[in-house]
Amino acid sequence: MYNFDYEQPSTIADAVAALGAEDAQALGGGQTLIPTMKQRLASPSKLVSLAAIPEMKGVCAEDGAVSIGGGTTHATVAAEAGAHYPALADLASHIGDPAVRNRGTCGGSLANNDPSACYPAAALGSGATIVTNAREIAADDYFQGMFTTALDEGEIVTSVRFPIPEAANYQKFVQPASRFALVGVYVAKYADGVRVAVTGASEDGVFRWSEAEEALNKNFSGDALMDLSINPANMIGDLHGSKEYRAHLVGVMTKRAVAACG
Amino acid sequence: MPKDSGIGASSKRREDVRFLTGEGNYTDDINVHGQAHVYFLRSDIAHGTINSIGTEAAAGMPGVVRIFTGADFEGVGGIPCGWQVTDRNGEPMQEPPHPILAQGKVRHVGDPIAAVVAETLEQARDAAEAIELDIAELPAVVDMKAAAAEGSTKVHDDLTSNICYDWVLGETDEQVVSDTFANAAHVTTLDLVNNRLVANPMEPRVAVGDYSRGTDEHTLYTTSQNPHVIRLLMCAFVLGLPEHKVRVVAPDVGGGFGTKIFHYAEEAFVTFAAKACNRPVKWTASRSEAFMSDAHGRDHVTTIELALDGDNNFIGLRTNTHANMGAYLSTFSSSVPTWLHGTLMAGNYKTPMIQVNVKAMFTNTVPVDAYRGAGRPEATFQLERVIDKAARELGVDPIALRRQNFITEFPYDTPVALTYDTGDYNGTMDKLEAAADIAGFAARKAESEANGKLRGLGVNCYIEACGIAPSNIVGMLGARAGLYDAATVRVNATGSISVMVGAHSHGQGHETAFPQVVAEMIGIDESQVEIVHGDTSKIPFGMGTYGSRSLAVCGSAMVRATEKIINKAKKIAAHLLEASDADIELKDGQFTVAGTDKSVAWGDVTLTAYVPHNFPLEDIEPGLEETAFYDPANFTYPAGAYACEVEVDPETGKVTIERFAAADDFGNIVNPMIVDGQVHGGIGQGIGQALLENCVYDDNGQLLSASYMDYAMPRADDVPFYTVDHSSQTPCTHNPLGVKGCGEAGAIGSPPAVVNAVIDALQSGGKDIGHIDMPVSPSRVWAAMNG
Ligand SMILES: Cc1cc2nc3c(=O)[nH]c(=O)nc-3n(C[C@H](O)[C@H](O)[C@H](O)COP(=O)(O)OP(=O)(O)OC[C@H]3O[C@@H](n4cnc5c(N)ncnc54)[C@H](O)[C@@H]3O)c2cc1C
Repeated sequence: MYNFDYEQPSTIADAVAALGAEDAQALGGGQTLIPTMKQRLASPSKLVSLAAIPEMKGVCAEDGAVSIGGGTTHATVAAEAGAHYPALADLASHIGDPAVRNRGTCGGSLANNDPSACYPAAALGSGATIVTNAREIAADDYFQGMFTTALDEGEIVTSVRFPIPEAANYQKFVQPASRFALVGVYVAKYADGVRVAVTGASEDGVFRWSEAEEALNKNFSGDALMDLSINPANMIGDLHGSKEYRAHLVGVMTKRAVAACG
Repeated sequence: MPKDSGIGASSKRREDVRFLTGEGNYTDDINVHGQAHVYFLRSDIAHGTINSIGTEAAAGMPGVVRIFTGADFEGVGGIPCGWQVTDRNGEPMQEPPHPILAQGKVRHVGDPIAAVVAETLEQARDAAEAIELDIAELPAVVDMKAAAAEGSTKVHDDLTSNICYDWVLGETDEQVVSDTFANAAHVTTLDLVNNRLVANPMEPRVAVGDYSRGTDEHTLYTTSQNPHVIRLLMCAFVLGLPEHKVRVVAPDVGGGFGTKIFHYAEEAFVTFAAKACNRPVKWTASRSEAFMSDAHGRDHVTTIELALDGDNNFIGLRTNTHANMGAYLSTFSSSVPTWLHGTLMAGNYKTPMIQVNVKAMFTNTVPVDAYRGAGRPEATFQLERVIDKAARELGVDPIALRRQNFITEFPYDTPVALTYDTGDYNGTMDKLEAAADIAGFAARKAESEANGKLRGLGVNCYIEACGIAPSNIVGMLGARAGLYDAATVRVNATGSISVMVGAHSHGQGHETAFPQVVAEMIGIDESQVEIVHGDTSKIPFGMGTYGSRSLAVCGSAMVRATEKIINKAKKIAAHLLEASDADIELKDGQFTVAGTDKSVAWGDVTLTAYVPHNFPLEDIEPGLEETAFYDPANFTYPAGAYACEVEVDPETGKVTIERFAAADDFGNIVNPMIVDGQVHGGIGQGIGQALLENCVYDDNGQLLSASYMDYAMPRADDVPFYTVDHSSQTPCTHNPLGVKGCGEAGAIGSPPAVVNAVIDALQSGGKDIGHIDMPVSPSRVWAAMNG
């Protein structure tokens, strides 16, 4: 690790100010950033910890949505979101291991937008709103490809608003080594339609499977998906699964998620 | 009634108190006053010619003590190979130099190019980044078969080719071999890969070198399974130091699995640098370094052919294997695919004609050497897979086919150079059938099918040659070391005992099991006996721990030394009791004159030995300390039968292990609980190989599975609860304890059981699939089902 300065502000405003320094970077739970720094693959001049900002923490339900503070850990979401949005709590409870869940944050995961991460599927699948220090961004506009988001330099995810669906389920087929999603499918059924978000599979990062959404809007059952398939061309192919395998798994996991929605 | 102490008791592992409470003392816990840190600048390409290494700017960076390159080691020996294999023409294997730091060329990703010694590790890393490298990349040699081809790029320019040796064992008359296959009623052929593995002990390798100008003495603290072997190799072959000036300490070691047997460049480096810099020098591998510098395991590509007659008797076996050596020869690398693999190809079966062919290849990859089982898992996997395939092709029960061909008479001379002293393969299979509830499989299968899952049962046998090794035999086969072991039993004045052993415990529980033996022999409490290991300045010159040898070889030395102690103590007792020593009996820690009530306690005798006021000084010396060296007459042959039941999710290809049963014949057992644990751990690693682990290089020699993001280690929920039965016991005939060794069995016996079970599940689900290479990952199963 290279040397860096460290700040731990207690308000969003102070954090934003601190992030104004050249090459300063926000630190959430550090579960991605710290290993990267240890490998000397990142060299921020200053880390601005978001861990001590009360207004960025916690889970609360209001107006048919669950709002998760950007600095809320996966463990907290797993423990507290269940009463309002069980599928979201369940997703959080299967991220990494207890150490990762006790440190990693919702905001950090969404800011990082790892193509195999779980939260992006929940956010896109729920049509969530990403709230930053500067604006509100619809999930459909927020995810812009692997490790790429609509966030500007120094912009902080302060909270995320997940509309509560009638039913939802996340099916994660784990990559055997990392246990991130080899393919993860988030299905959420709302009064105004079904959303299907797929993570782990595509070279373009998390995406909505619109054909499946259309079919499920007509008939919310696994049968509706029988004749659908995903084109393997844009899928990820690596040590752990070919493009074809991932495309196949998208179908299987979507069916299972629909079935689990009941 | 289970015993509660001594031989046969499941005594709790006393070492766990310190391991589980954070009181262990590992090499990285050792910090020597004034130490500097070394960072190794390693090659990030697989193959290249070093044009220049510019260290000038880096040497001026803050905190830098000194920078070393290959040039500093000219005239210094390289890392030696401990076993010279002779090829099929009687020629010695090709043996390239293995410098401490790269000279002339880099040959694998991770090959150390320069070493920066600095005040702190971060300063050393900073300086390493400032080293200017001019390395001209060469094509990488990765695929073993391509490496063998005429005109392939050479890993070592001075060798004639990339073939280290081309070796044959067993039947060398090609006519006999081809006649056997021509006369067969059925031949089953199987092409398979034994996947390359990274051992991944929880503790990475660490080495601390210390040197005293005042005494001219070196101390090396290192993560080793065999400190005396390291001292010998480093002193005699690498640095040219006198052994009496070098102390090697291997304190608590957090897992070895074979990969900490070998002498590594980093150990020699810190020893050398500590003197050159006149500072203690410390190195702790990062996990990334472990992936690219710990010797890897397995990596065989094999074609195996089994010939059967019309009655399904095995009449011939032929194998052709390419075995990866990596870029350099690691300490035991050359022996693994030959004498630890070819010799096991008879398995548990009386196949009369066997021919084993092995080409060992140099490639631009990390050196490959012994990993838990070493050669024997590779032999077992191919043999037990081809037998299973034959049974399926012939439509016969795989267990019945095995039983029909079992060796049943002992001693048995195999066609591949071993003599099995004892065994009872049918008896062990009976135990397995009961432990695995094979009779209940059909009902479980029906239940799985009702849940949309395919269920399969895989069974296999294994045999291993352990208790490594009779020195005279291995010497003839090319070993450059003796493989005896040694123990010194030091009885203290008040009767407690310290046993200094050559074996090294790094998870095996020696600190508990060895005292059980000595305590039983004398009849005192186990707590009165302690073993001392891991420090060449304290222990006799023994050869360490690997090859399931510790109890069978070092334990035998300990028994012999304890027998000497008892004989001498009887003489002292006879003197005290004014009787003849022939009449003295030792029982429960009391020496008694046979047939009388005259007795003297163990503690009184031991005190007399050191306070010899009333002592037969004219006959014997005072004191009570004895050493014994033990060289085994033969290998030991643990054998067993394993059964695995899997469920396959036909939609995703995911395999889950539902049941796993092991029936092992380890001969006599000192601590059943420790044996269970060893088997559990071994099976866990075998399941890791079968389902998860895979070390993969791309065509450019880049390591793709270089971290836990891509290298899948088995986790607790990947393995089932095991049923382990070791009540089938045919004691080893040639060591005093009748023990055979249990450390590697699980890793040797389990991979074929898993794969056989997967194939069974898929075939019973109507899929015509003959084989899937390990790891049998979901994507591979799905691809096979949809191929
Ligand atoms: C062993 C392991 C297993 C894991 N398994 C999974 C898994 O199964 N599924 C999964 O989804 N993830 C998994 N993760 C990732 C984990 O979920 C982390 O939470 C996530 O990678 C990043 O969150 P963090 O809070 O740790 O962010 P950090 O590592 O601190 O930061 C990551 C990036 O986001 C930026 N950042 C952090 N917080 C904010 C914010 N509020 N606003 C703007 N930018 C911010 C940082 O500057 C940095 O660029 C795993 C991680 C590990 C180490």
